[in-house]
Amino acid sequence: MKSGTWLLRLALLLLFLGLFFGFLASFAYRLTDAKSGMLGFLTLRPLHVSSAYFGVVLGGLACVTLAIQKETVKRISFNLLKIHLFLWLITLVGIFYSYFTGDFGGREYWEFKPIWALPILISYFVFLLFYLKNAGSYKNWPVYKWMWFTGIVFFSFIFMENYLWIFPYFKEHLMADMTIQWKVNGSIVGAVNQMIYGLAFYLMTKISGDEKMGQSKLAFAMYFLGLFNLMFNWGHHIYILPTDRYIHHISYIVSMTEWIILIRIFYNWNQQLKENRTHYYFFPYRFLMAADYWVIINLTIALFMSIPAFNLYTHGTQITVVHAMGTTIGINTMMVLAGAFYFIKPAFESLKALKRMSMVFWISQITLFLFLATLTGMGIQRALWQAGITEGVFGQMMQNSRPWMIGFIITGTLLFASLGSVVLYLLFYSFKEKVSFRLHKKD
Amino acid sequence: MPLIKVSPLKIFITLSVLFLIYSFTIYLKPLREKDHQKIAYQKQSASGKDVWQKHNCHTCHQLYGLGGYLGPDLTNVTAKPGYSDVFLKAIISNGISQMPAFDLTNREMEDLLVFLKAMNETGTANPRHYSTQINGTFTLDNLE
Repeated sequence: MKSGTWLLRLALLLLFLGLFFGFLASFAYRLTDAKSGMLGFLTLRPLHVSSAYFGVVLGGLACVTLAIQKETVKRISFNLLKIHLFLWLITLVGIFYSYFTGDFGGREYWEFKPIWALPILISYFVFLLFYLKNAGSYKNWPVYKWMWFTGIVFFSFIFMENYLWIFPYFKEHLMADMTIQWKVNGSIVGAVNQMIYGLAFYLMTKISGDEKMGQSKLAFAMYFLGLFNLMFNWGHHIYILPTDRYIHHISYIVSMTEWIILIRIFYNWNQQLKENRTHYYFFPYRFLMAADYWVIINLTIALFMSIPAFNLYTHGTQITVVHAMGTTIGINTMMVLAGAFYFIKPAFESLKALKRMSMVFWISQITLFLFLATLTGMGIQRALWQAGITEGVFGQMMQNSRPWMIGFIITGTLLFASLGSVVLYLLFYSFKEKVSFRLHKKD
Repeated sequence: MPLIKVSPLKIFITLSVLFLIYSFTIYLKPLREKDHQKIAYQKQSASGKDVWQKHNCHTCHQLYGLGGYLGPDLTNVTAKPGYSDVFLKAIISNGISQMPAFDLTNREMEDLLVFLKAMNETGTANPRHYSTQINGTFTLDNLE
């Protein structure tokens, strides 16, 4: 149990750091040059992105560990979990050292030296071993166990693919190299989503008490649709890249299958509202509910951005960031927080404390919405300039975005304060109360 | 009529095999387009990409719209009127606006410029050079 809890604490710490570095980066973006001091924008952006990304990844792994540990765990597997945690600690120390000393050499989202990727890859193999030993027979797996398995296997494969560029065969062909780079960045998000959405499905099953939910044909159909998109829809990141046309066409067609998910959400709308009313005061559910609504917003944006003619004008603008941040904060972080509330089980000492947390929850949701709105404003400004609708050089366009930028900094600060306080509350509470799970050791 | 029941494992394996075939088709791209550039030029532009990565240029700049937002897209920067090697070297060495000065060796500077020139030769990242189609796609205009 300890390894799972420590993994969750590490995830919460990283999420907090992700928010903190993001808060600093927003000021650096506006006020200083990119290299000023030790923490210029060149350092802060990788620190922000890696902390937030690994916070989500580790949050997913931690909750899967805790969920598996709630069932049965073989004694030998505790050592696997310790090795897994140790490997993550090594890699995080290496990555942060690499960033703070300005020792870059990696690529966007993975700016650290490739050597620090090795412990992550090994940790995934170790975790796969742990999972296969303890998740029971695959024949009886509910859909969320399939999703977790998919997340682990595909993250491992795609993460290896992420480093093909170190071989001259790939690196010396610019277009093949960029195609693979964005194949990785697109599909690895899908692999992480499998872990996180699997967690959401697990939590819903436990909250509703309806175990059959995880075996339904519809749930499996949605899982395979997600897997299909993970594999083949990443090409919408590179519609403008002069690579093979078939990649663009496959991506366009596959991406459009996600309308099915959006239609299903609206089909179940009344059921959704009923559930919201029933479980509203249970905090794990509250964060799942928030994630559900962010899914609608982000999926709608993603669907439009997957249409090449639309993508032509939004690509390379902050509208892409709206989608990326909306997904990372609105969906993934909310689901990890739901998992953290479920497993840490913080008890609110009074009605006042409950109301305070409720208020912080709503402030974080509203500020996130406003934060994304300011980014959209910046994105539209840039899109109009790129399309030649507004005139001027790049610097003028940036200057015209100033009001949006100030709004972005203000809402970003509020988001850091509100969401950061939820993360810190959970982190401190995880030390205050012993997590009370009973373990059933097989041997 | 009863539905055919297929186990999740079979669907998972089928999709995974298709994904692997798709992935390897992409991995073979350099082999299919082996002679697209001179070998020496390819090696030098790859070294230039290392310089790009080492100095974290993508944090602020984009290539084909992929990267940061603080600076402009540099896909076709070497083709812009007035953006000669001397001018670009001066900007990189001295900085401009929020862009800091970078202390590159002569070799690094040459490699980086070759990389940017090679990138320019691959195509255009300017949305104004494309036309949208009724089926939701877009095509490159004839720029001649």
